[in-house]
This record gives sequence, structure tokens and C-alpha cells, in this order.
Amino acid sequence: MPTANPISSVNDFVVRFANVNGSGSASANEMFARAVMRMGIPVAPRNIFPSNIQGLPTWYEVRVSEAGHLGARGGTDLMVAMNPQTFDKDIAGIEPGGYLLYDSTKPLPASKFRPDITVIGIPLTAICNREYTDPRQRQLFKNIIYIGALTALLDMDAKVVEQLIGEQYKGKDKLIEPNVKALHIGRDYAILNLQCPIGLRLKKADKVGDRIFIEGNSAAALGAVYGGATVCAWYPITPSSSLADAFTRHCAKLRVDPETKKAKYAIIQAEDELASIGMVIGAGWNGARAFTATSGPGISLMQEFIGLAYFAEIPAVLFDVQRAGPSTGMPTRTQQCDILSCAYASHGDTKHVLLFPEDPAEAFDFGALAFDLADRLQTPIFVMLDLDIGMNHRLCRPLAWDDFKKYDRGKVMTAEELEAGKDFGRYLDVDGDGIPYRTYPGTHPSKGSFFTRGTSRDQYAKYTEEGGAYVDNMQRLLRKFDTAKDLVPRPLQANAGKLTKYGVIYFGSTAPAMDEAIHMIEARGHTLDRLRVRAFPFHSSVNSFVAGHDFVFVIEQNRDAQLRSLIVNECGIDPVRLVPILHYDGTPITARFIAKAIGDHLDKLKVKPMKVVS
Amino acid sequence: MTYLAKPKFHHPALPKNALGYTHRDYEGAVSTLCAGCGHDSITGAIIQACFELSIEPHRVAKISGIGCSSKTPTYFLGNSHGFNSVHGRMPSVLTGANLANRDLIYLGVSGDGDSASIGLGQFAHCLRRGVNMVYVVENNGVYGLTKGQFSATADRGSKSKRGVINTDNSIDLVAMALQLGASFVARSFSGDKQQLVPIITAAIAHKGAAFIDVISPCVAFNNHAGSTKSFDFVREHNESVNRLDFISSRMPIEVKYEPGTIEVVEQHDGSKLALRKLAADYDIHDRTAALGFLQHHAAKGQIVTGLLYVEDEAEDLHGHLRTVDAPLNALSEKELCPGQAMLDNFNASLR
Ligand SMILES: Cc1ncc(C[n+]2csc(CCOP(=O)(O)OP(=O)(O)O)c2C)c(N)n1
Ligand code: SF4
Ligand SMILES: [Mg+2]
Repeated sequence: MPTANPISSVNDFVVRFANVNGSGSASANEMFARAVMRMGIPVAPRNIFPSNIQGLPTWYEVRVSEAGHLGARGGTDLMVAMNPQTFDKDIAGIEPGGYLLYDSTKPLPASKFRPDITVIGIPLTAICNREYTDPRQRQLFKNIIYIGALTALLDMDAKVVEQLIGEQYKGKDKLIEPNVKALHIGRDYAILNLQCPIGLRLKKADKVGDRIFIEGNSAAALGAVYGGATVCAWYPITPSSSLADAFTRHCAKLRVDPETKKAKYAIIQAEDELASIGMVIGAGWNGARAFTATSGPGISLMQEFIGLAYFAEIPAVLFDVQRAGPSTGMPTRTQQCDILSCAYASHGDTKHVLLFPEDPAEAFDFGALAFDLADRLQTPIFVMLDLDIGMNHRLCRPLAWDDFKKYDRGKVMTAEELEAGKDFGRYLDVDGDGIPYRTYPGTHPSKGSFFTRGTSRDQYAKYTEEGGAYVDNMQRLLRKFDTAKDLVPRPLQANAGKLTKYGVIYFGSTAPAMDEAIHMIEARGHTLDRLRVRAFPFHSSVNSFVAGHDFVFVIEQNRDAQLRSLIVNECGIDPVRLVPILHYDGTPITARFIAKAIGDHLDKLKVKPMKVVS
Repeated sequence: MTYLAKPKFHHPALPKNALGYTHRDYEGAVSTLCAGCGHDSITGAIIQACFELSIEPHRVAKISGIGCSSKTPTYFLGNSHGFNSVHGRMPSVLTGANLANRDLIYLGVSGDGDSASIGLGQFAHCLRRGVNMVYVVENNGVYGLTKGQFSATADRGSKSKRGVINTDNSIDLVAMALQLGASFVARSFSGDKQQLVPIITAAIAHKGAAFIDVISPCVAFNNHAGSTKSFDFVREHNESVNRLDFISSRMPIEVKYEPGTIEVVEQHDGSKLALRKLAADYDIHDRTAALGFLQHHAAKGQIVTGLLYVEDEAEDLHGHLRTVDAPLNALSEKELCPGQAMLDNFNASLR
């Protein structure tokens, strides 16, 4: 009997699988997460993987939360410890009163365990050796066997997993039967030999609704399909490669002409990121909707071209799936660390539009919207994803599209308009919004052609080094950026139930952790208004939000408080009014972290907690 | 450089091409390059080739990198869109533009610094991909615009204007283009319009990645004794493999010769050209032989010019990607957006 009371919880706990990369555990673990979802219980899985193909440790964390908290929680209630390399560390990470499931084929001394946890041994290797002769099968079915054992330990309906196996191997029906068999080997072993269920249990619920389970990269890529992207140029880099892969997959299904079998898209795996952004800019200049997907190191390489697109005013869309930097940093860990390098990308005075989706559903929306914005504003648009959103399955609202929506191709002068004698000045601000008209190459035999260059030019695109013309143009670019403020998604505000002097600003993948943390903060007797920033340039409501509070916490997943710097710089706000809360160890930010940091800060300021009525 | 604006009116006596355009319709702004710069002669050859081919002037997209050479697209085809991009990256911009609209003619103009130094990677990869384009390198062996530093095509042992000897091996873009799978490969000399105009004409007509290296002396920084890209040196070492049938009458310097013969031509500046032509049976369809031929002559200090290789039925990048016949930039929501019904299916598959 463990020295701490075993944790007892229904539909609210964290299971963590510790495996060896390349051992085939990923699909089994994912099946477990899906089974929880199929039981109507919200679930948030996260892959924690190394920059390696085979052999290094990998973890899969499944947060089960009937209350619907989808951010990482921190801590482990049930550890499925399948990797001897990390065994000790994995055990240390279990919450007091938690559970350990391990392969007990080789007996381990009691000193390997902790007295305050429940240890559950299953001789997995021995069972596999007995049941299978092929070493590959022994490895693969071991994963299914422990899933089978979990169905008994957690009191799950095995039918749900059986059905998932049927779906997964549809078309390869030979594989269904042995997998179902392995599932039952594990389940039967647990029922016969172990005390089932343990304190952690899964009970059918109805809290998933019509939500879908999708990775942000796949959703963003589908957004690009719906947004009309026809050219994609990219260079492989984790965690963005799966976005280009998903675009390829979606296009193969959705964008092939049924009659001719020809492609209504072009995808190029370029030789590097300089070439990928160059192709995107060439295509954008020539009137196609084009994008690249990359991560921090790629953004660094693209700097010169991004400045060209800004200055020459060429539409381009960049999906930056952020990972921990600087340099190669922690390439398979998450951060929000490219905010400044994207907002001000390139030399000279530049500013760029950034979009901050919170989850895959918004990644889809913003992924499509980015192309309208790029055409409307004739400038690069950055969709700022991160590894946490991009590479993990996340439960989110179903993707939706308005079939009456027309693409906004922006201000493009047509051959008819030119023929009718409309004045065309490529950099002429005819409407006062800073956005000039452009023409596509090849439009008219004698009118509307112009020379695109990164050098200074006048309103009719003629080269000039005249200071006045240069300044006029730079000022117009600022006006255009101002116009962008009202075109990009507005911040979303959620006020505390009562009047409060404090606020919190957050963005992107921090959202689920923040939404959860607010309850924990309130439980400590503090109240906060919340503002989720969804784009840069900042809407005026960011200024008024800060102005309306004594101070505002800014939560980010980087070391240098990059969003805070951007707010200070662009909104002219006194930095002391913005308190940075920073999480940047490469793991996704948690509600516990946020609640503690903000709670401690408010406590320290001797903010008197309002009486908590129990 | 001339400071007089070109008169815009058209002289009724100017000859017209099949589309009714005159030579003027293919010209651009007045050049701001040094008087006598080889690049201006190439500009003239491009104008001539487009005129002779009766191309609609606005159906060409001119794309360049950075350098004196890359400035030249302003000086021809004034009714075409042009894009002076960033240093060494013309190929990627051109590739993207080509993907967006397969119906235009893509003319990439670059320099030896732009293509062989900073842009060697993009040079290589756009040729490998078979982008349908004409890629012209105006090769003077130096960085003209930054005042005469050696580029990567400068020959080992050649001397800079400041007297520095180049000790690095040179890159031969023609040999590389052959190796990289370009489907049309030629070299010419800016001072030889008789050869250059037909080569450009043939390159535009070619469907696939056409590469032309044009030796183009820089009168400011690379036209002195000891330079291997000077007018004199090139004239003396030019080893022409062939000449295409495309003789224009209005060339300032007339160089005419027959295949397999040596002809000595006296220029108006008094210098002599010794040009030897290979026999007419040079096989322009043999990539391997072309490479051997190049190397053989390079070892003897000869610069081989002419059309070195052509693959008649090349498949271009759009062919590889099996893209639709319509330009991608002309597709509308109807063709591109799968709509809510498909999304409903997709959502259902994710539960
Ligand atoms: C990134 C970058 N580095 C350096 C330069 C400076 N630069 C401008 S042109 C040039 C060399 C051009 O040489 P080449 O392509 O041979 O053209 P040429 O002037 O000889 O025709 C250089 C180094 C630049 N524009 N951009
Ligand atoms: S510096 Fe050389 S390359 Fe540049 S314009 Fe003058 S002659 Fe031509
Ligand atoms: Mg040069």
C-alpha cells in the first residue's frame, strides 16, 4: 500500500507514455487518446519527441479533462514507463499518489520505485515472447497490449478501441484481427492478475460534442487550400514540414481536375528557404496566391526577401511554426520566440502583419484569411503557429467555410480599366488608405506595365533617389500598416465578473492554459480581465485595455518578452505597466505555471485577496 | 551613356514585324550603363530577337537579380513587366512567377557575380527543375556595380584592373548548365550579334530551361591587358562551334564567317578578330560530347561559343508537376475552393 493516498479521479487526469523513438508506440498511444475522445471526454494529447529518428526517448502525454481543459497541465498521474533509459526520471515525475505501469518481465529492486505511488507490473516482454516469434511483431504488439491493459485498469469500454483498430486498418483487414487479439491479451492479463480498475477511471460523457480532433499544421494547410493558394514552395524543417505535407495531401484530394487529372496547384520543395520565399514572391508578383511554411531558422534566411516584398509591395504568406531558438535551439520543442524577428523582419524600416491563431480551427481560418490580407495589403502576412499547435492533435470546433464568400484579390487594375484610360501609378495612394493599385504582368499591350524593384522609386514606379519621394513612399507604407489594423482579426476580451485593476494579455497556443488558469487565479481570490491578441498591428483596443488597468500581465513563451516589447514599442506604453510572465523551457505553458506566477505576483504586491466564500 | 530622351513617335518608314510592331516597340528606357559596356549590346540583341520573333512585347516577364547586368531589363521591352529582385535570387523569383502563369515568356537576366558567386545555388536548381525560361548571364568576370572585384567566373591567372592576380579556379557556367540538365545551352559574345541574336531567338523559341552565357566585357573594370574577358582576349580566343541562320542587316560590327573556316575581320577600331568555326557536323544533341568538347578547348585556352546543346522535346517544370493548362493565377474560387460540403466530410473524418 503506497504511503500517499492513491489518486482517485474520474475523467480528470494525465497519462504519460514514455517510449523509445521509432518503436511504433506513437500510433498505439494516439489510439488511446482517440478512444478517450470517442467516449465523449475532452482529451489533449501532446507529443514530446527528440530530434532523432530512432532510439532516443519520446513521450506522449494524454490529458483527460471532462471540464475541457486542453492546455498542458504538468505532472503525471499515470506513467506508462516503457523506456528503461528514462525510467528513473519518469518515476520521479509521477504525482504523489500516482500510478506506474511498467514491464515487470525482469524483476526490479524496490529501491527503483517510490513508496508513495501505486506500482503496476505487467510482464509485457515475457507475454510478447510467448505469443509472437517475429521480433518486429513483439515490439509492435507490446504497445497494443499495454493499451489493452489500460482499458481494464481505467475501466474503459474495449469496444471503442476495437472500433478504432477497425478504422485504422481499413483496407488492410488482415491486420485487424491480430491487433484486436493483442488488445485482449493485455486486457485479459490485467483483469486476471491486477486490481481493476485503479483510482483513475474513464466514464462515458457527452462533453466532446461536434468538435474535431486535428493537428494545427493540417488545419492551416487546409486553410491555404480554401484560401486559394496555388503555389507552395518550402524547405523541410521541423515543426513546419508536416504543414507542407498536409497541403500536398489535401491538394491531391481536393485540387486535381477530375477530367484531365491535372493539378490546380504547384508545390516545390526548394533548395533552401531563400529559394522558397523567392518563389513565393515571384508567384505573388505574378498574381497567384503563394505561401511557404517554415520555422525560425528559415525566417532568418528569408530576411532579405521579406524586406523586398515589404518595400516592393508583393503579397506573400508565411506560416512560421515556431520552435525553441536561438540557432538550432531545441528543434523539437515549442516556443513563441519569432515574434520580433517576424514583426520587424529584414533590414531598414519594416513592419509586418502577424496573425496568432490559438488552435487548429483558428489556424484554418487565419490560414485562409492570410491570402485575402496579403492581396488586399500587398505585403507579406505571417501566420504564427508553434509546435504545440502545429504538431499535436487538438480538439477544436469544426472547420467552417462560407460558400458565398469571394476571395478579396485586392486592388488589381484590369485591362479594361487601363484601356478606358484610368490613371495607373503603381505606388499612387488613390484611396488614402496607403494601398496602391497593381497590375499583373501581361495585362495590356501598352498600358499598366511597371518595373518592380527594391530600390526607391516614385509613385509611377520610376527609379529615384530623391529624398522627398522616398519619404513619401515610406510614409504611405505606414498608412497602409495603419489600414491593416482594422482588417486583421481583433483581440478578444473576456472581462472578470467584477471590476478589477488588473488585466492579462496572451496569444496563440497559450490560450487553453490561460483559460484554465483564470479559474485557479480566481480561486486564490484575484480577478483579472483577459485580452487575447490575435494579430499585429495591434488594434486600438490593445491600447485601451492597457490604459484601463493599473497593470497588465503579458504571458508569452519566450525569454525576452517579445510581444511585450512590441506592445511597448508600437503602442507607446510605459513598460512598467506590462508585467512579463515568461515560460520558455520548451514545454508548452501550463495553467499551473500561469496561475502560480500571476498569483504570487499579486500576493507579493500585497494585493488583498477578496474574501473567498467557500 | 546618352542623355537624350528617345523620341517616342514612330517613324512611318520603320520596318514592321508580323504583328505590326517596330523595333521601337521593343525598346525600353535609356541605358545608364557605361558607354561601350557589353551589356548594352546584349540589350540590343534581345530587342532584335524579340522584334524578329514578333513577340507581343507585354507577354514577356523580365526578371533579374542585382548588378549592372541585372539593371538592363529596364532598357528593353518597356511594355513588359520587370522585376529587379535581390542579388543572386533571380532564378527563384522567376520560377515562382512561371508557376503562377505558364503563358508568359520568362526572360531572366543575371550577371556572373549574381549567378556564379552569390547565386550559384539558385542557378543550379532552376536549371535542374527545367523551368521554361531564357536565362542570360552577362558575363564580364567581375562585379561591375561594386567596382571591379573578381567574380567566380574570372579565370585563374587573370589580372584585375588594380593588378591583382586571381588565384581561384573559375566556374564555367556553361559546363555546369550542361551537367545540370539544362535543355538548351549556348555561349556567345556581346560583340557578336550575328551569333547572339539567333541564339536568343532560338532560346525563346525553346520550351524548357535555356541557358545562355554571354561574355560581355566591362569597359570600366575588365577590358585591359591580362583580363580574359576583355574584347580583345575574347575575340582572339573565341572558338565558335556554329552559327544559326539568323542574319540581321543592321549590325554595327559585322562578323560573318562560314562553318569550318577561319575568318579574320577588321573592326572599326582597327582590332582584328580571328574566328574559327567548327565544321557544320557538330552535334548539338549530344550532351556528353558537348562537355568533352568544352573541356578540350578550355584546356587550350579557347572559349567555345555557339549553340552547344539542345534537347528538342524537353519536358518543363509544369510538365513534371502536371499542372492544369490554364495559368494558376487565373483560377477562381470556383476552381480552387472545395466549399463547405467537402469540409463537412473532412470534419466527420476527424471525430
Ligand atoms: C546581398 C547583397 N550583397 C552584396 C550586394 C552588392 N552587390 C551589388 S551588385 C554586386 C555584384 C554584381 O556582379 P555581377 O552580377 O557580375 O553584375 P555586373 O555588375 O558585373 O554586371 C554586388 C556584390 C548586394 N546588392 N546584395
Ligand atoms: S561598370 Fe562595367 S559592367 Fe557596369 S556598366 Fe560599366 S562597363 Fe558595364
Ligand atoms: Mg559581372
